[in-house]
Amino acid sequence: MTADRNQTEEAPARPGWVAGLAPLALLGVVVAAFFFFDPLAKLREGFPPIEELTIQRVVLNDSPNEFVVSVVNGGPEPVTVAQVLVDDAYWSHEVTPSRTIEPLRSATVRIDYPWVEGEPHEIVLITESGVTFEHEVEVSVTTPTADLQTFALLGLLGVYVGVLPVGIGLLWYPWVRRLGARWVSFLLMFTAGILVFLAFDATVEAIELAPAVPGAFRGTSLLVVSIGVALATLLAVGGRSTRKGQQPSALVLATLIAVGIGLHNLGEGLAIGAAYSLGEVALTSLLVVGFTIHNATEGLGIVASLSQQRVGIGRLAGLGLIAGAPTIVGSWLGGIAYNPGLAIAFLGLGVGAILQVVWELASLVRARGRLVEPLVLAGFVAGMIAMYLTAILVVA
Amino acid sequence: MRAGTAAGAGLLFGGAATRVAATGTSNGLRPYELAGASDGHRSHDGGLLGVEGEVDHRRNRFNPTDMLDDWDFGQVSRAPDGQTLREYRMVALDQTIEVAPGVFFESWNYNGRVPGPTLRCTEGDRIRIEFVNAGTHPHTIHFHGIHAASMDGVPGVGAGVIEPGASTVYEFDAAPFGCHLYHCHSLPLTRHIHKGLYGAFIVDPDPSRFSGAEAQAASRRTFEGARDAGVKEMVMVMNGFDTNFDGENEIYAINSIAFHYMKHPIRIGTDDDVRLYLINVTEFDPVNSLHLHANFFDYYDHGTTLTPTLKTIDTVMQVQAQRGILEFNFNGFEPGSYMFHAHQSEFAELGWMSFFEVVEGRTV
Repeated sequence: MTADRNQTEEAPARPGWVAGLAPLALLGVVVAAFFFFDPLAKLREGFPPIEELTIQRVVLNDSPNEFVVSVVNGGPEPVTVAQVLVDDAYWSHEVTPSRTIEPLRSATVRIDYPWVEGEPHEIVLITESGVTFEHEVEVSVTTPTADLQTFALLGLLGVYVGVLPVGIGLLWYPWVRRLGARWVSFLLMFTAGILVFLAFDATVEAIELAPAVPGAFRGTSLLVVSIGVALATLLAVGGRSTRKGQQPSALVLATLIAVGIGLHNLGEGLAIGAAYSLGEVALTSLLVVGFTIHNATEGLGIVASLSQQRVGIGRLAGLGLIAGAPTIVGSWLGGIAYNPGLAIAFLGLGVGAILQVVWELASLVRARGRLVEPLVLAGFVAGMIAMYLTAILVVA
Repeated sequence: MRAGTAAGAGLLFGGAATRVAATGTSNGLRPYELAGASDGHRSHDGGLLGVEGEVDHRRNRFNPTDMLDDWDFGQVSRAPDGQTLREYRMVALDQTIEVAPGVFFESWNYNGRVPGPTLRCTEGDRIRIEFVNAGTHPHTIHFHGIHAASMDGVPGVGAGVIEPGASTVYEFDAAPFGCHLYHCHSLPLTRHIHKGLYGAFIVDPDPSRFSGAEAQAASRRTFEGARDAGVKEMVMVMNGFDTNFDGENEIYAINSIAFHYMKHPIRIGTDDDVRLYLINVTEFDPVNSLHLHANFFDYYDHGTTLTPTLKTIDTVMQVQAQRGILEFNFNGFEPGSYMFHAHQSEFAELGWMSFFEVVEGRTV
């Protein structure tokens, strides 16, 4: 007994990191032993190889007309692309760098094909073992190249969908300043309603994108991780900028709201840019205008927390840019170098940021009075309904 | 790189014939060589229809070009009463086959090939088939022809299904004359047929049973008669492969290999007569068809008549297991590449598209 005690007391003589590494080393040994002895070999007998390919992006070029297909092997074993079909016909093609794609590596398949503008085409990759991987180009249009005109067009899109509506929403500031205390609480919860709607919307969008991410990268897990990262980061930042037990200042809160909305808009911009360039939606004026009206409510959300604080026009513009400008960046990224994993990560960061802001808003309202009160709850419901109704205008 | 792939692709749709006509250099040049020879053709908008690369026929241990007329007459002997006895040994196997360049299919087949051996005999011959199941599933051989119920090769009748490692003997007199087929009748039928357990069963008429013009026609229909009369005979089994098992074929072909006769056109002389035994075993689709370009043929449904059942047609359709004989020639035609294919465009573009390469003179 005494001897044991003495030993444990002497233990700190060994550096602490040894104790930390020991389990890792053991894990390494166990993993190596498993690979070496391969106890599952018996189970695998007679099983066909597991093949998993994800078609990430199809670029349509004209002169000459061709599809350029980016494909990623998200499975555990190499996959060999044997042949390519377009619209149920075998077609000549080239695969670079190699027909055999190693796990987590990608390849490019170029197909000379007389695609028809405005019409759908189905591309099928058939592997060595006869398994097929399909991708539908829903509306065939030439994929924009990274030239000035495309940048300008996508930028304009971002301005219309993000910057303008948020900016216009900020113009409610003078009106918000004149509101009575009860209505301020209403408006803060109205903002919370908007944000909860956005968080839900972004989550659904990210989950819809998840199948486009190669299996090994796990789209839905990526979403959860990015939500966690944003939430934890902003909680830490928010906690540091306010003194213990106090509410964050109105300006800090407004900034946090703007950041949350900005991240969300970055994801939204990515999706819009990608949809446009991948020919998945015909980008109608109605869609853009729908987004513009929908996003104006976001500006109102930012100024709601500033009802009792005097803020200069410069600060206000800054907040507007934080919330709106990411849409431009997003649509550039999405239009020119779309990657569904990236889109999910940004949407997730947006959701995390929004959750943190909703938390802060709820604390603020509680500090000002009661949270569970008809007018306050009505504000929350009104915010969600406003988003729902304006979302109807976003007809994709 | 691009020019190289063009040669590898080895195919083009439509382009061959028009180029041939335009340049007038049709003799001896195969369409795929024309495609490969011209970089310009490759770079023009649209690319080329077809598959990349070549099937390794040696690894498959069968080649559709050879399969056209590799008749299996069996081990021939004469019974005491003068009847011809033909003995065959058929072995069911599991075998991975390459059905398009780089695309492999886990087939079940007879004697290591898809379709199985083309059995050929004369009406009235005694046929004795020793069937050995060396596969991993129970199989049978069901012949289309006239025979006793116990020799029908269906589950629960006669020998019933033959378990892996077991064997049986099917025996009957060949009748009626015509173009027939055999296939496995184990259940589920769809899986057993589409995996590759089928083949051609050709019964020649016995000219001694006819007189006059009919005897002449019957004689011409036999293997020896066709050979002596300069008739080029070939067997084409229209089949398909559902490589991802979704109930639809990814590949259509005649004699199993997608686009094989596009890359390796079948040579026909302008002085030849052609007799084509056509059999449809395609699963999942109600019908298959053959359309011959720039020419017409006479058609003998099931091959059980000596006069055509359809005269002067250029397209014929068959339900599964339907079959018939096509007779035509290219007498007086301009040499060149004459296409034939399923006139379901989808089947054609998924592999059932072929060329006759018509050359001056005789090829038989």
